Amino acid sequence: MNYEKNNKMIEMRSVNKWYGKVQVLNECSLDVSKGEVIVVCGPSGSGKSTLIKTINGLEPVNSGEIIVSGISVTDKSTNLDQMRSKIGMVFQNFELFPHMNVTENIKLGQTKVLGRTNEEAEQKAKNLLERVGLTDHAHKYPSQLSGGQQQRVAIARGLAMEPMAMLFDEPTSALDPEMINEVLDVMIKLAKDGMTMMVVTHEMGFARKVADRVVFMDYGKIIEDASSKDFFGSPRSDRAQEFLSKILDH
Amino acid sequence: MFELDFSVIPANSSLLLEGIKMTFLLAGLAIVGGIILGTFLALLRIAKIPVLSQFSAAYVNFFRSLPLILVIFWLFFLVPLIVGKPVGAFSSVLVAFILFEAAYYSEIIRAGINSVRLGQLAAARAIGLTYFQSMRYVILPQAFRAMTPILLTQAIILFQDTSLVYVVGLRDFLVSAEIVANRDQRLVEMFLFVALVYFVLCFAGSLGVKYLQKRINNEL
Repeated sequence: MNYEKNNKMIEMRSVNKWYGKVQVLNECSLDVSKGEVIVVCGPSGSGKSTLIKTINGLEPVNSGEIIVSGISVTDKSTNLDQMRSKIGMVFQNFELFPHMNVTENIKLGQTKVLGRTNEEAEQKAKNLLERVGLTDHAHKYPSQLSGGQQQRVAIARGLAMEPMAMLFDEPTSALDPEMINEVLDVMIKLAKDGMTMMVVTHEMGFARKVADRVVFMDYGKIIEDASSKDFFGSPRSDRAQEFLSKILDH
Repeated sequence: MFELDFSVIPANSSLLLEGIKMTFLLAGLAIVGGIILGTFLALLRIAKIPVLSQFSAAYVNFFRSLPLILVIFWLFFLVPLIVGKPVGAFSSVLVAFILFEAAYYSEIIRAGINSVRLGQLAAARAIGLTYFQSMRYVILPQAFRAMTPILLTQAIILFQDTSLVYVVGLRDFLVSAEIVANRDQRLVEMFLFVALVYFVLCFAGSLGVKYLQKRINNEL
């Protein structure tokens, strides 16, 4: 089957995962097309962070199949390191490398994984820092930056690998409120540029504005998978309705 | 009441200097070798590769359960047997120190690696670095920075422990001083001098550790 042709970027088929006796993912199936923006939401402990981390193999699964751009992540013979370099990931706690300055953070993967020369990597870092609005901070260390700035560097670090998709694991939940927007703005721009994105977030404003689809999870199950218009218009499940009313009230 | 006569020290300065050189050479090589072998053992232990991590754990427990002086003795008699020819006291003692200290260094380094946030490894793997690249470029540099003070403290202990080489007749600082002391009948002067030199060097080292600790705490 040619996955490129039907435009599927990410496919998950009946994915199950247990931590000991606790089932954290329960028969999760999901399709993400090229250029689509998917928001994954749900109460804490619902498995949404685990779900997103299975896509680049950071979390191994017990059963089921995950295919990214035609290559199986769950197949043991797949070179996961190579696979991961093509999928960008942004973490809740930024996870910039504290012993390297901003430019070195963005260059590391380019030189060590993609084999780019120092000059190429440097130029790429410069371009990306301009794109996320941090040109003046190229030589600062992560500890000298605000949370919002750190997260924008982390996005640039992911983009430096020219990924075919970007995964975001609660990118704004560790941020002070006044810094959330500067990160969301970068993500919105990215979505409009056609990047395939899967975003675990509670930022429903972001979901409304740019998400094509919203996936709602609870107890490790995908309860709803609807276009964002349908989801915010009339969620079909009671759990999703309850969840929405809780976070939209304030 | 006898009189102290410290002129015995400058009179034998070249012999004493040879001794202190030997002490520094032995300590320096043992520290470098111990840290390299210790890092390797720590990585084996952490990588959780079945047989290898168990070997690393057994190694550490084995050497930490033995007195250093026994290891020095053993290696002095065993290494020539294994190699099939005499290797000299220096080589056998150096091997003994590296093998022994690596057990302690590996535990320090393991704690250092564990002190780096788990998310750092995930972030390194997420950009496509292999496990060993992640360790080399992301985890170990942070771990070493955090544990530099403890590594140095262990180095100071090792520096003092090198005096144990007298049991195999290697002429380090203490042994050289003892030779002079016995020959010239200046025991009090020489052992006071030796104590002073060890104290000054180790105390300066501890002050350095304290200073580093402060700087690292400020940075983190």
